[in-house]
Amino acid sequence: MSRAELAGQDGRFAAGADGTNPGGAGAAAGGRPSARRVWPLFRSEVLMTFRRWRTLALLGVLAAVPVLVGIAVRIETGGADDGGGGGGGPAFISQITNNGLFLVFTSLAVTLPFFLPMTVGVVAGDSVAGEAGAGTLRYLLVAPAGRTRLLLVKFAGTMVFCLAATLVVAVFALGTGVLLFPVGEVTLLSGTTVPFSDGLLRALAIAVAVALSLTGLAALGLFVSTLTNSGIAAMATTVGLLLTVQIVDTVPQLHAVHPYLFTHYWLSFADLLRAPVYWEELLRNAGVQALYAAVFGSAAWARFTTRDITA
Amino acid sequence: MGRQPSAEAVIETRGLSKTYRGGRPAVDGLDLSVPRGSVFGFLGPNGSGKTTTIRMLLGLIDATGGSARLLGEPMPRAAGRVLPRVGALIEGPALYGFLSGRGNLRRYDAADPTADPRTRDARVEAALERVGLSAAAGKKAKAYSLGMKQRLGIAAALLQPRELLVLDEPTNGLDPQGMREIRSLVRALAQDGTTVFLSSHLLDEIEQVCSHTAVMNRGRLVTQGTVAEMSAGARGRLSVTTPDGADAMRVLKGHGLSDLATAESPEGQTVTGELPGPGEPPGGPPPDLADLNAALVRAGVRVRAFGVTRASLEDVFVSLTGEGFDVAG
Ligand SMILES: Nc1ncnc2c1ncn2[C@@H]1O[C@H](COP(=O)(O)OP(=O)(O)OP(=O)(O)O)[C@@H](O)[C@H]1O
Ligand SMILES: [Mg+2]
Repeated sequence: MSRAELAGQDGRFAAGADGTNPGGAGAAAGGRPSARRVWPLFRSEVLMTFRRWRTLALLGVLAAVPVLVGIAVRIETGGADDGGGGGGGPAFISQITNNGLFLVFTSLAVTLPFFLPMTVGVVAGDSVAGEAGAGTLRYLLVAPAGRTRLLLVKFAGTMVFCLAATLVVAVFALGTGVLLFPVGEVTLLSGTTVPFSDGLLRALAIAVAVALSLTGLAALGLFVSTLTNSGIAAMATTVGLLLTVQIVDTVPQLHAVHPYLFTHYWLSFADLLRAPVYWEELLRNAGVQALYAAVFGSAAWARFTTRDITA
Repeated sequence: MGRQPSAEAVIETRGLSKTYRGGRPAVDGLDLSVPRGSVFGFLGPNGSGKTTTIRMLLGLIDATGGSARLLGEPMPRAAGRVLPRVGALIEGPALYGFLSGRGNLRRYDAADPTADPRTRDARVEAALERVGLSAAAGKKAKAYSLGMKQRLGIAAALLQPRELLVLDEPTNGLDPQGMREIRSLVRALAQDGTTVFLSSHLLDEIEQVCSHTAVMNRGRLVTQGTVAEMSAGARGRLSVTTPDGADAMRVLKGHGLSDLATAESPEGQTVTGELPGPGEPPGGPPPDLADLNAALVRAGVRVRAFGVTRASLEDVFVSLTGEGFDVAG
């Protein structure tokens, strides 16, 4: 068999075999714009994700956290507006009794280290591996979904879940906060006081920032997911990596690598509660997330587009 | 799109080979040619490489050698253009258990970028109707029986009008009615001009629906051609029932029959033997059955029954791939 034949086979996906690779040789052959061709599959992916009992269970757990924190704080302080107890506990917890809006920030700070990313690890890890394990992957590919397109859809679907999960925490926190505590003007970390509406906007911005903070983990999970035919194994590996990174981030001797860990700047969202907003760490966080998305996104693509689908 | 005039072969492979990591070749130098409009039976014992071939044809796995063309275009490079015109069932159906049957079909249809979302519902209903699943379409797929899953898998292959259907063991798990329905479905599709490429172990099924066939053994193609050619190639066996078994044996042997055997039967003895093929003995014409019968009678053999049983495809298959039950390792 000649080299040329081999090259022809190897070039199959690199040339945008499914016509979604802009600028690739295959794009001309495919002919039609790619956005219209991605949309139905993306829509189906999102609908399917949120129709699954598992997704709803994960979101249910996330919704329970702010409610439980709110009730605990309420019981602890006996409903008395004593200006908040001592300094211990999660960020912002002492301010909740003054302003229920702070329950949003507290809940995000409480769920961000583990709960929230763990649910993302489950969804991202299962994204491709789960389909492979169930055998549905082969039918999606002969439909033909296109390997690049399918991977993009899986990543986008995971990001939608990240946003939904964060919003679930934020919305349930806000609801609980409003029900159990007084709300009103918000005193920012920098000492300035802003109207409640401004505080609400900042809460929304924080939720979006937290969701974007999960991009790196989503890309990592997607990559792991392309390595195996077992959804469970991919989920466990992704969550295991998350825990490892979180532990490494707490070891002072390893401070040299800390700035490159995808979890390192997660709590930078608090800087949105300053006036003016303190951007430095927020931007660093965005940079780290983009780096992880690029590295692991490419790795996932390289793996998935050349892999034998035997399940 | 400027497509070339439809090539004669819808599936064409040249030296197609696949060796899985650390094993012997699963498919070895396959030269397959499936004519347009045929119903092509792809046969072979377990582990002979049928599914591996189908996966390569559909671009799911990379060939380690050779090339394949599907609908005249190279695979897997042209997958995006070719596969929307191909329906496939590969190694059984795979379904989302938490979706209904209808939901599964919608999902697969959404994965096809050429499928029009506006006609999706109608096409899904038509496909369900075609495999007789309309009544169970709202049920969760995890509650489906084996045969229902199989039907849903076939429905997914029928979501669009296809030029080629690749069906890997389509009747697996179906009840007799289901099998008959699939057979008539295959015939109807073939009549509409769809080429059907189906692998199966049920040889009488292949014999009933297929126009062409190919036989694989240990990754290699043993034979391919029309079903008629294959059955014709197999010689028939003559069987004579008579009380005078020994005489009959002698006469038949004298007329060139081979592999003679005698068995006791209620009417005496049944002597069977393989008729000589065309051109045997060299130079002589093949024996006429009427002449054989006359010769027996002339020799004083009292013939109570006389007939020829044509070899079934199963006999041909076994003679090509061996009697052994053990799967080649
Ligand atoms: N994923 C895999 N990894 C390694 N070897 C494999 C893999 N899949 C199949 N094989 C090997 O390739 C050979 C051909 O298998 P294949 O599944 O193509 O057979 P088949 O003809 O479809 O058999 P069956 O009639 O049982 O479905 C077998 O020897 C099998 O062990
Ligand atoms: Mg098989």
